[in-house]
Amino acid sequence: MTQLILEQALNGLQFGLMLFLLAAGLTLVFGIMDMINLAHGSLYMVGAYLAAAATQASGSFIIGIGAAMLGTALLGVLIEVTLLRRLYARNHLAQVLATFALILIANESVRMIWGAQPVLLNTPDELSGPVSLVGFFYPAYRLLIIGVGALVAALLYVLVARTRVGMWVRAGASNREMTEALGVNVRLLFTAVLAFGAALCALAGALLGPLLAVQVGMGESILILAFVVIVIGGIGSIRGALVGSLLVGLVDTLGRAALPSLLRTFLSSETASSLGPALASILIYVLMVAVLFWRPEGLFPARS
Amino acid sequence: MALYRSSPGRRIAAGVVLVLLVLLPWLLEILDQSFYVSFASRVLIFALAATTLNLVIGFGGMVSFGHAAFFGVGAYCVAILADSGVLSAALAWPLAAGVAALLALLVGAISLRTRGVYFIMITLAFAQMVFYLVLSLKSWGGDDGLSLLHRSTFGSLDLKDDSTFYFVVLALLTLVLAALDRLAHSRFGRVIQSIRENETRMEALGYPVFTYKLVCFVIGGGLAGLAGALLVNQSGLASPSLLHWMQSGTLMVMIVIGGVGSVFGGVVGAVLLLLCEEFFVGISPHWQIGLGLVLLAVVLRAPLGIAGLFGWGRNRE
Amino acid sequence: MRHTKYLSLLAALLVLGTSIHAAEAARTSVKVGFLSTLSGPGAGLGVDIRDGFNLAIKHLNGKLGGLTAEVLIVDDQQKPEVAQQATEKFLKKDKVDFMTGIVFSNLMLAVGPAVFDNKTFYISANAGPSQYAGEQCNPFFFNVAWQNDNLHEAVGKYVQGKGFKNVVLVAPNYPGGKDAMVGFKRFYKGKVGEEIYTKLGQLDYAAELAQIRSLKPDAVFFFLPGGMGINFVKQFVAAGLSADSQLFAPGFSADEDVIKAVGAPMLGMFNSSHWAHDMENAENKRFVADFQKEYGRLPSLYASQGYDAALMMDAGVRDVKGKLDDKEALRKALEAKHFKSVRGEFKFNTNHYPVQNYYLRVIGKDAQGRITNKTMGTIFTNHADAYVAQCKMK
Repeated sequence: MTQLILEQALNGLQFGLMLFLLAAGLTLVFGIMDMINLAHGSLYMVGAYLAAAATQASGSFIIGIGAAMLGTALLGVLIEVTLLRRLYARNHLAQVLATFALILIANESVRMIWGAQPVLLNTPDELSGPVSLVGFFYPAYRLLIIGVGALVAALLYVLVARTRVGMWVRAGASNREMTEALGVNVRLLFTAVLAFGAALCALAGALLGPLLAVQVGMGESILILAFVVIVIGGIGSIRGALVGSLLVGLVDTLGRAALPSLLRTFLSSETASSLGPALASILIYVLMVAVLFWRPEGLFPARS
Repeated sequence: MALYRSSPGRRIAAGVVLVLLVLLPWLLEILDQSFYVSFASRVLIFALAATTLNLVIGFGGMVSFGHAAFFGVGAYCVAILADSGVLSAALAWPLAAGVAALLALLVGAISLRTRGVYFIMITLAFAQMVFYLVLSLKSWGGDDGLSLLHRSTFGSLDLKDDSTFYFVVLALLTLVLAALDRLAHSRFGRVIQSIRENETRMEALGYPVFTYKLVCFVIGGGLAGLAGALLVNQSGLASPSLLHWMQSGTLMVMIVIGGVGSVFGGVVGAVLLLLCEEFFVGISPHWQIGLGLVLLAVVLRAPLGIAGLFGWGRNRE
Repeated sequence: MRHTKYLSLLAALLVLGTSIHAAEAARTSVKVGFLSTLSGPGAGLGVDIRDGFNLAIKHLNGKLGGLTAEVLIVDDQQKPEVAQQATEKFLKKDKVDFMTGIVFSNLMLAVGPAVFDNKTFYISANAGPSQYAGEQCNPFFFNVAWQNDNLHEAVGKYVQGKGFKNVVLVAPNYPGGKDAMVGFKRFYKGKVGEEIYTKLGQLDYAAELAQIRSLKPDAVFFFLPGGMGINFVKQFVAAGLSADSQLFAPGFSADEDVIKAVGAPMLGMFNSSHWAHDMENAENKRFVADFQKEYGRLPSLYASQGYDAALMMDAGVRDVKGKLDDKEALRKALEAKHFKSVRGEFKFNTNHYPVQNYYLRVIGKDAQGRITNKTMGTIFTNHADAYVAQCKMK
């Protein structure tokens, strides 16, 4: 029983870190540019498709990841320079509409290039099996995701909290005009942040590809979750994104694992088995409403 | 200040459009295209739904991303009532609007504590909860949805007749638009628009900002429920896809295309989007690229929406 | 694609033509409204049905029963309201003779009433809702594929016969998922370790997999349509569960589209189907060979169903000698089923659903080293669905 709880907690951690890879880029772009970028999910999808194509062409998953990150970052720059740049000064509604249009265009383009069927992207053989942890087996590949997720979190922390670029980013997130007045080339900074966010998206897409279906529309379902994460954490805060990710990952995983049997202890088995999964499905939304009820600007508001 | 003001010219234009819409069924009959009467009802229903969202977003300044919940709940109300034998529109439709308004009251009372993007997301969260609950309920059909086998009855009117139904929808839409126009010029309308422009100032002036916003949110939600009640009558099916966040997104797209904060913005947007879809779908299976490009063009070239292009909207973004 | 565009243009011109000269003139063409999911996450299935259907039309030299075939292809976007709108247009504006193509049952149920009211024949190439097999069965509805429960029943029967003792069932938390479990349990009478319901559209299955591991089942049956199934299989194998538990699925969770996306982890998975691309009959060999030539991929069961739907219309139209307005005669002709299906023999039950064989398939490598399905044996012979008794066909 303890082992099961431990394993589920690990699952929650892994799901959370997986979400963090996506949420980190989203919260940065959102925080620093005050820009709702729905196309973030499309970048994730493009990253996964590029990784699949490059892995198949080269036979190496590492090269696949590298190519996907580079390619998606370039795409990010292209989109930023041609379109997103014109939207920073606009209101959120205009941003939502324009980036929603990008989703439609990205989905159809991917379908035209790769077809309507999901494409193949598999775990490299060395990582495909489970490994033995204390008392239970755990998929090696998920351990890798935990490792990469933790590494990215640490790197981002150092980058944002300890470097000059990070200082600009933080400054940009809390006060754009002031940062500009201090002589920072905000234009270039924005392009760089978007490229960086796009590369993180591609990393997430490439890493999750072997666990999830690589298909058109994969960006939208995870985009909603990423938004939930950054809103819980507080927009623009990397720390918030990390805490939010872990909270969502743990609550969702443990809820799914425990709710049905928990309900069965004090409800009839019939009611419990129909109520349990329904409640588990909405648990993260309940969590979000609860957090925003007590902290209307998320757990770690960046702009206070 | 950029409060909505309707000019006599705009009212004349609206009158001309109304006359054309009244004549539409006969026109279509002459052209032997009576199939499009039902399509027109659908467009008008979406115009109504978008207009109610425009009240919330455009006038109230509350960017709600969960409007589909109220729309869908209205539809389900009518279908559930019909299932238990209540077919009277005079009973079912106001009840649908009432239930939607009640839900809006609950959602609004909690959500309005937050601002900006947090508000967008918290309204989305509530809509997602409703969506997943409906989806898992077998007695409401789950993802099969709940069929409405008989259209509502309304006195001696035969709502099963496509043209009659069209006129009922048109009448209700006209009523709501006229009411919205009145509202925009009323004291309440001025206050709520001033709150949109500068909330802190209105609060400092002693206005109960929260209550004003909540009332606006509830009216919008209730009327969206009415639109849902009409839609289920048009299509004969209350399906969970009405509650999906994509539906909220679509309504939002409509008002941004049409013109946020313009009385006719929702109508213009709904008509354009649905006609665009109808047109593009026939051309190529990759029609969504075309739609995406049109949306981009609207955002970049017509910041105030199509209504704004003709000077029908507010005076600035 | 360009081809169909011209076809629809031609159709539009013909509508103009026929609206002037009333329809009394002898029919020279038959019009099919093909409505399917061609965009969005579910598009793969619709595209396969469409390609199978088009291949059959090509094999029939562009004709159905000797009359020129006009196929109007429309995307339903997997949205019920879009499907309804398109259907209304097919029925009232284009005045089609047949409809087909819908993938998902919820869309089928959304458009069914309008189609039947209009007395238009619907030949379902996929969706087989229990409603239309039972109480709401309709003279104008035919299903040329299967009833939704059938493939689940076949797996249940096989798992029962093989003596598995402890089975865990996984399905999404919506009525279709619950029906799948009911279908499975109709023929599997052993111990069910747990019925796990997941969220529709769920991405990560780690929690469920940990639960499965702790239950130590000897078999796992899952029904997770589309991307969910791909996620589940990938993660199931990565978790190392395939060593202890045998994985079972209905054919639609283990066909070419899924195999193409999952690859090697699918090896050794058992599934049920009424058709397989390695079936040894002349029609099927031609279909599979030409499908690969035409589209560069192996056909899926959806493609085979689309192909059969066109053959069925062809036979019906030929039997009534093109007199499509004699609905009664056309219905009898369709019921008689005078065509050779790529799945081999089958007949229609009184509820217009197939009575047919169901086979066990296992995923392995074929002679060319491709990962694909291989037929292992027959699970059911002449199997009917469970709802036919409730059907009082008028």
